[in-house]
Amino acid sequence: MHQLLQQIFSGLASGAIYASLALALVMIYRATDLVNFAQGEMAMFSTYIAWTLVNAEVPFWGAYLITLVVSFLGGMAIERVVIRPIENAPVLATVVVTIGLILIFNSLAGWIYSYTVQDFPSPFPDRPLFGALMTTRDLGVIAVTLAMLALLFAFFRFTATGLAMRAAAQNPESARLCGIRVGRMLGIGWGLAAAIGATAGIMVAPVLFLDPNMMGGVLIYAFAGALLGGITNPVGAVVGGLIVGVTENLVGTYLIASQLKLTVAFALIILVLVFRPNGLFGTAIIRRV
Amino acid sequence: MAPILELRSVKAFYGPSEVVHGIDVAVEEGGMTVLLGANGAGKTTTLRAICGMVRREGEIIFAGERLDRRTTEDIAGLGVAHVPEGRGTFIGLTVEENLRLGGYTRGARPHESMQRMYGYFPILAARRRQQAGALSGGEQQMLAIARALMMAPRLLVLDEPSFGLAPRIVEDIFTIIERIRREERVSVLLVEQNASLALELADHAYLIETGCIVTSGSAKALADDPQIRRSYLGY
Amino acid sequence: MEKRASLVAPERLTVGGYAGLSAGTWRWIGALVLIALAGALPFALSKYHVFELTMVMIYAIAVLGLNILTGYNGQISLGHGGFFAAGAYTAAILMHSYGVPYWATVPPAALICFVLGVLFGLPALRFEGPYLALVTLAMALAVPQLAKYFDGWTGGLQGINLAKPLPPPGLGLDRDRWLYLVVLAVLIVVMRVAANMLHGRTGRAFVAIRDHPVAAAAMGIDTARYKTLAFGTSTLFTGVAGALAAVVVGYVSPEGYSLFLSISFLVGSAVGGIATIGGAIVGGAFIQFVPNLANDISDAAPWAIYGLAMLLFMYAMPRGVVGTLGPWLARSMQQIRPQATFGENNNERKGRTL
Repeated sequence: MHQLLQQIFSGLASGAIYASLALALVMIYRATDLVNFAQGEMAMFSTYIAWTLVNAEVPFWGAYLITLVVSFLGGMAIERVVIRPIENAPVLATVVVTIGLILIFNSLAGWIYSYTVQDFPSPFPDRPLFGALMTTRDLGVIAVTLAMLALLFAFFRFTATGLAMRAAAQNPESARLCGIRVGRMLGIGWGLAAAIGATAGIMVAPVLFLDPNMMGGVLIYAFAGALLGGITNPVGAVVGGLIVGVTENLVGTYLIASQLKLTVAFALIILVLVFRPNGLFGTAIIRRV
Repeated sequence: MAPILELRSVKAFYGPSEVVHGIDVAVEEGGMTVLLGANGAGKTTTLRAICGMVRREGEIIFAGERLDRRTTEDIAGLGVAHVPEGRGTFIGLTVEENLRLGGYTRGARPHESMQRMYGYFPILAARRRQQAGALSGGEQQMLAIARALMMAPRLLVLDEPSFGLAPRIVEDIFTIIERIRREERVSVLLVEQNASLALELADHAYLIETGCIVTSGSAKALADDPQIRRSYLGY
Repeated sequence: MEKRASLVAPERLTVGGYAGLSAGTWRWIGALVLIALAGALPFALSKYHVFELTMVMIYAIAVLGLNILTGYNGQISLGHGGFFAAGAYTAAILMHSYGVPYWATVPPAALICFVLGVLFGLPALRFEGPYLALVTLAMALAVPQLAKYFDGWTGGLQGINLAKPLPPPGLGLDRDRWLYLVVLAVLIVVMRVAANMLHGRTGRAFVAIRDHPVAAAAMGIDTARYKTLAFGTSTLFTGVAGALAAVVVGYVSPEGYSLFLSISFLVGSAVGGIATIGGAIVGGAFIQFVPNLANDISDAAPWAIYGLAMLLFMYAMPRGVVGTLGPWLARSMQQIRPQATFGENNNERKGRTL
């Protein structure tokens, strides 16, 4: 029983990391109606920026803040320079472009920072809690993820900009007719997503250690989690991410064939989706013909 | 009275094709002007040209400002509220959210304006939390108009509000439009295929055919004109 | 303007008659010339280049499979590497454990992948957009894992080594050139089959379902059946490619069928033109050659160059090489001889008569 609880909590902790990257994915999907497959690599790159700052003796929270700002601006820039030119192109073209971004970021990181695995400091001390069920670091990660969720939720629900962003994503032409600068909304969406991603990366790095391939697996699970929860819903993203984390852990521990962990985890997720094709909290948009 | 909106030699393009060939239109301040014409005559394109949604040439002057060089968002911010063909409702958002979006350019306090809109369109109040996509055609049209009014516009541009609606609903909507024009003191530019109803309410009318203005004058004059009666009013 | 620009149905040059021969005849002549050139090519090149071109054609078959699904049916798949692997392992196991001759492994591989595709397609009916992408992604991730797990059959991590097939005696061909011609023959057959299917009733149903699913269903098109058919056909083609790859390369192992392969197919499909048949060849060439070129340009960050190449292709030709050049070519030919065509030109005509 103790082991089960331990695995669940450990799963929640890794799930929180998936959840935070999933939040970034949902952010961009809500803002621009596409999945940014490069979210993980962008997060990784942001983490390297933070690492550079920390190595230059900048205190951790200062480095984090600067990284957030740089990531936000970087995200906006990428939307403007890389994504905007193909905004009217077929969906597949944007998918390929985000895949191209994955390769570019990964390769650049490897070139600039090398592929050597690095240490990364965590702001949370690593002390056991609740009789070794989890650590303070796990709790910290979960807390940060939930805080981001709350902020994002409030942003979309209660602010004018949040509503404008949702409108711009759904119907850019009508949004313009309401005076909304659609281009700027897209940029803000990407900027926020990049900042969220940076946070996710900084939380991952102490655990998985910093190297250019750090976020690859995380992205896949985050993608699954976001869809499981409902790609349009931030709450769904977090719940989905947590569920994926716990499932992955339990499957890995109790399933005899550990090489099939990924397969089984995905099979379970898809099973759920068969019954809820828009995710657990996703809503289908009613379309009158 | 000076016109609030003037088009001078305005051309409009769909891609490479010129579909509106140098027209002149004026909308009197506080009045209702209607642009009549058959399907494909260029009415919608003209409206889209005013709001910068298609490529255009010529002068478009609104309350002293040149619109022909501005983006759609800017034009909306200047006080032109366009209810597009097909209504352009945000079907994934609730009725209330749609209205709030209308008030986006007007700053932080939409509550009073929203109450006024619910006054004009009580059915929207009843459905305020529902997804806009679940509303009927007539209700969506009302929502679209209400959203445009939330912008506190000086000019309301309506593209075929009667499209796809039952005659009873069309009458209701037109009654409300006329009431709005009086109470909100807003000028209205209306595009319609339903000529008889439009001519009853409007002050001025233009008839457009294959991208050119062929007739213009007071609405009454056009309604009495025998040729127009034969071609567009059916008697 | 909608973000998702509607894709033109099959590209076709509709040139009017010229020099006394009809358009159809010209097309046949053109095709035969191309085939003759392709057939003669291996004799002018080194063995390694012949092998590379063989791989281009194999990838082209795989990408064509993906085109059927993504381009013509509008369903995005991130998992075709998995079906490629399924075809490859089928062929490898049949050859290695059952001594089946290489040419006889292709039909079973095709059949198995067709069935897999239909099985996949049935639940996939419920999913759209990113959800479908996830389901197919699962396939791409699952197959290498399953291959490692069932190592009794698949040789696990070591994979299976296959003897390269012998060319038939008396033709004077060596192994590489023989295999090139075999694959070329399969490619021609596959392209012909695809063309027949897509330019006919099935193809029109596919496009209808892709562009206006509700209207298509209202017209009585059995959406479920056609979508499942699209999936099955698509995976059949890719499975055939996989089987051929196993034969040509002579080795299968889980590492060769990673997620990157699925992504490469998708990229190849987009670069060539997803709603085209000829684009598959362009896509195959892209997959085979650009990574090597990227390495030549920069050995410090070659994948960055590859990624950059993807971006540049998408900016320049968002509908792919054949998807963009095809209609452009058709339009220029139209200026030589005005004829009615489909698609893009309709909007122009509508504008004038407004």
